[in-house]
Amino acid sequence: MQKNTSRKIKPQPGHNRNDHPAVQAILVLLTVLFFAAFIFMPLGLVFAEGLRKGIEIYFEAIREPYALAAVKLTLLTAAIVVPLNAVFGVTAAWAISKFSFRGKTLLVSLLDLPFAVSPVIAGLIFVLLAGSRTSFGSWLGEHGIKIIFSTPGIVIATLFVTFPFVARELIPLMESQGRDEEEAAITLGARGWQVFSIITLPNIRWGLMYGMILCTARSIGEFGAVSVVSGHIRGMTNTIPLHVEILYSEYNYTASFAVASILVFLALVTVAVKALIEHRVHIHQSNPS
Amino acid sequence: MSIEIKNVTKRYANYTALDDISLSVETGELIALLGPSGCGKTTLLRIIAGLDTADDGSVILEEKDTTNLPAREKNVGFVFQHYALFRRLNVFENVAFGLKVRPSGSRPSKSEIRDRVEHLLKLVQMDWAISRYPSQLSGGQRQRVALARALAVNPKVLLLDEPFSALDAKVRQELRRWLRKLHDDIHVTSIFVTHDQEEALELADRIVVINKGKIEQQGAPQEVYDHPANAFVYNFLGNVNMFHGRIRDGKVLLGNHQVGTRHNLEGDGDKDGQAFIRPHEIGISRIRSGENDLPGIIRDIRLMGGQIGLELETQGFDKLIEAEIPRETWRNLQLSKGDPVFITLDRVRVFTGDYSI
Amino acid sequence: MPPFIRKKRHILPGFGLSMGYTVFYLSAIVIVPLATIVFGTFKMDPQAFIGTVTSPRVLASYRLSISTAIVAALFNAIFGFLTAWTLVRYRFPGRRVLDALVDLPFALPTAVAGICFATLYSPVGWIGQLLAKADIQLINAPSGIVVALIFIGFPFVVRTVQPVLAELEPEMEESAQSLGATRWQTFRRILLPHLFPALLTGVTLSFARAVGEYGSVIFIAGNLPFKTEIAPLMIMTKLDQFDYDGASAVALVLLLISFSMLLVLNSVQRLQQKAYR
Repeated sequence: MQKNTSRKIKPQPGHNRNDHPAVQAILVLLTVLFFAAFIFMPLGLVFAEGLRKGIEIYFEAIREPYALAAVKLTLLTAAIVVPLNAVFGVTAAWAISKFSFRGKTLLVSLLDLPFAVSPVIAGLIFVLLAGSRTSFGSWLGEHGIKIIFSTPGIVIATLFVTFPFVARELIPLMESQGRDEEEAAITLGARGWQVFSIITLPNIRWGLMYGMILCTARSIGEFGAVSVVSGHIRGMTNTIPLHVEILYSEYNYTASFAVASILVFLALVTVAVKALIEHRVHIHQSNPS
Repeated sequence: MSIEIKNVTKRYANYTALDDISLSVETGELIALLGPSGCGKTTLLRIIAGLDTADDGSVILEEKDTTNLPAREKNVGFVFQHYALFRRLNVFENVAFGLKVRPSGSRPSKSEIRDRVEHLLKLVQMDWAISRYPSQLSGGQRQRVALARALAVNPKVLLLDEPFSALDAKVRQELRRWLRKLHDDIHVTSIFVTHDQEEALELADRIVVINKGKIEQQGAPQEVYDHPANAFVYNFLGNVNMFHGRIRDGKVLLGNHQVGTRHNLEGDGDKDGQAFIRPHEIGISRIRSGENDLPGIIRDIRLMGGQIGLELETQGFDKLIEAEIPRETWRNLQLSKGDPVFITLDRVRVFTGDYSI
Repeated sequence: MPPFIRKKRHILPGFGLSMGYTVFYLSAIVIVPLATIVFGTFKMDPQAFIGTVTSPRVLASYRLSISTAIVAALFNAIFGFLTAWTLVRYRFPGRRVLDALVDLPFALPTAVAGICFATLYSPVGWIGQLLAKADIQLINAPSGIVVALIFIGFPFVVRTVQPVLAELEPEMEESAQSLGATRWQTFRRILLPHLFPALLTGVTLSFARAVGEYGSVIFIAGNLPFKTEIAPLMIMTKLDQFDYDGASAVALVLLLISFSMLLVLNSVQRLQQKAYR
C-alpha cells in the first residue's frame, strides 16, 4: 500500500467511547457557552453596532474616502506580501524537507520567531533599523528613501509578521510526502524544474493555498506592528485596522464598527475557505484505493 | 549493459554500510542482492542508480565510469519498494513521464509516446487501467505500472528495491513468476534487492549474499544453497538446526554421538565447530535404520500443508530438533505426538570457527 | 581509486538555490532587524539600561503582561482542552461550524477583537450590564485584559490538542476498560498523560502569544500606568516620546522572555518526539 500521507487523521465523530450521555450533554453545553461568550457575541456585536444607526450610515462609513484609502493600502500590502512569502515558504519547505543537512533544526526554529515577537517589537525593530541612528538608516535618509511612516515600512513590517505561515504549512506536509516521487522522477531523467513543477507542486497545492490564505488574513489584519511603523497618517499610511482604531478613539463608534465589519467578513471568509479545503483534503484521502 | 562495481565503500556516522564491495554483472543477467535488513544491499542499489553517493570506489556501466554522474544521466530504471507512482498523474502520464521530460531535441512525438506507453502497459497487463489514478489501483497493480514506467525510457539496467515486499503473499508469488517471465522476454540487465531467500532462489540467475556490508558468497542459486561458503550463508538460505560439535578422527561428533556427513574430513585433525542440518534433510522412521540413528520422541506436530513439521526431543541435546517430512510419509508412518522414533542425521554440514545464530 | 576528495552531492536538485534564497530572506527580514535591537541596546549605557528596565512603571507592566498571560493560558488550557474533546469525540448539530470558528481569533485582526471586547464588557455593553449588577467591572481592569488574552490564545490550545486526540487509538481505552477501569480512571491515567505534551505545547504557545499581545488589549485595558498598562504599550509610549533607547531596552527584556518561552517549547517538543520514537 502506498505510504499514508495524511497529516491530520480525523476519525468519524460519534466514536464517543461510552461517555455517559449526561456527561456529553454537559460538556457540549459548556463548550457552546464558551463559544457564545467569546466568539458569537463579539461577532454579533460588530454588526449590531455597525448597523445601529441604520444601513445608510453603515455604507457611508465604508465609502468614506479615508476608509477607502485604508482599504486600498491594506489590499496593496497583502498583494505584495503574500506572493513574496509564498515563494519563500515553498523554497524553504523544499530545502528543509527534501534534503538532510546540519543546522536544520535551528533553521526550522528560526521560522517560529515572529510568533515569539510581540507585534509592537516587530514594528520597533524596523523603526530602529531605518531610523537615522543606524548607518543603514542614514544611508536611506541621504537617498531620500522613506521607509517609516510610509508604505514600504508597512509592507516590510507585515512581511516580518506573516512570513512563517506558508512555510509552516508546507514543511510537515512535504516531509510526510517523502522524497520517493521526486527520486523516481530524476531516475526517469527529469530536470530540477520539471521535478518541482510536475511532481511536487501539484502534491502540495492544497497546503500551499491554505498557507496563503492564512498569510493573507494575517497581513490584512496586522495591527500592532503596522501601528508602530505607519505614523497613523490618515489617507496615506492608514490600513483598515488602524482606521478602525482612529475612529474608535474619536468616539465614532458606529463608523468604527462599520469598517471593522469588513475585517470580520474577511475573517469569516478565511475561516470558511479553510474548512472547505480541509474537507476536500479529507475526501481526497479516503479515496478508494 | 554490463556493470562493474569496484571497491565501493559507504560509511555513516557510526557504522559502515558497504565495506569495499566489488561485483560484476554480465549483460542480461538477473541477479539478486540477498541479505538481512541493514546489510547494505539497498544502499548498494541506490549507489548504482545515483540516488546515493559512495565514499570510495567506482561504478562502471558498460565501460563508462558513472560514479559521479547524477541519477538523471545514468539511464537506469529504478523500481521502488513503495512504488513511488506520481499520485497526481494517471497511469498513462506516469508511464509517459520519462519520455515527456526529454529535452525537445530527443523527445519522441506524441503519437510515438502513446504507442510506446500502450505497448508497455499491454506488456505488464495494465492496459485496461490507462486512465486510472494510482489511488484506484491495488498494490500489485501499482507495482506493475511502476515497472512499465521504468521500462519506458529503455534503461540499460533495471534496479528493483524489494519490489514485492509490500504485497500480500499470494500477489507476491504471482508477481515473482511474472517478473521472471518478463525478464526472459526482455533480457534487460537487472538487479533486485530482497531479504526473502525464497524469492532470490526462485528468480535469480545469480545470488549475491551480503552481510554487514560485505559479500559472503555469490553464485547460481543451487550452488549457494547446496554449497554454502560459511555458516551465515547456510543459515540465511533456509531453516536450520544448529549443534555444537567436534571433528575427531575424520568423524563428526555431536555430544557423544557420531553422525554422518557429506564432507570428507580425513586428515582434518581435531576441531571444534558448529554442525548444521536442514529440517528436511533429517530422516524419520519407526525402526532403527543405521547404527548412527538417534532415538527420540515427538513432542509436537505442525500440519503446515505439503510438509509436516516435527519437534523432536532427544537425549544428549537440550534443544528440540526441528524436522520436516512430506505429508505422505507422515500419513504412512501414522505418527502422533509422544511416539518414539529414530532420527537419521547423515547429512550434517560442519563449519569450524565462530558463528552464532 | 581516484585520490580526490568527494564533495557531498545532494541527490535531488536545487539545494544550493533554495537554501541560498531561504537564508538570504531570513537574514534580510528577520535576523538583521532583530540584531539591530540587540546591538542598539549594547550601545546603550548599562546604567541607563538597567535604570529603564527596572523603573517601577516598566516593572509593573512586565508583571501585568506576564500575570495576565498566565491566567489566560490556564483558562485556555481548560476550555481549549474541553473544546478539542467535544469537537473530536462527540457528534452534535453545528459541530462543523464550531470547529471552523475555532480559527476565528487567528484570522480576526487584533484591533477588531479589541474594540469588540471593549464594547461588549463596557458598563453599557451586553455582558458588561450583567456583570455590573454583580459589581464586576472588566473595563480598565486586569480581568478585562485576561478576557482579551483568552480570546486570542484559545485556538492555539485547541489546534495542538485536536490532532493528537483525533489520532488516539480506540484500543488503548478499550483495553483499559476491559481491565476494569472506570471512565474517569481511564481518562486520568491513560488519556491525560498521552495528551499532556500536546496540551503543554498549546498552552506555551498561547502564553507566548499573550505576553506580546497589543491590539486586542489596549481598548479594554484603559492603559492606566501601574494598573493596566501592558509591556508592549510601554514600548509604544516610549516611542511616542522618541525615547528610542528606552523602547529598545524594554523590548529587549520582553524579547528575552519570549525567546526563553520558545526554547522551552522546543525542548518540550523534542521530549515529545523522543517519547514517541
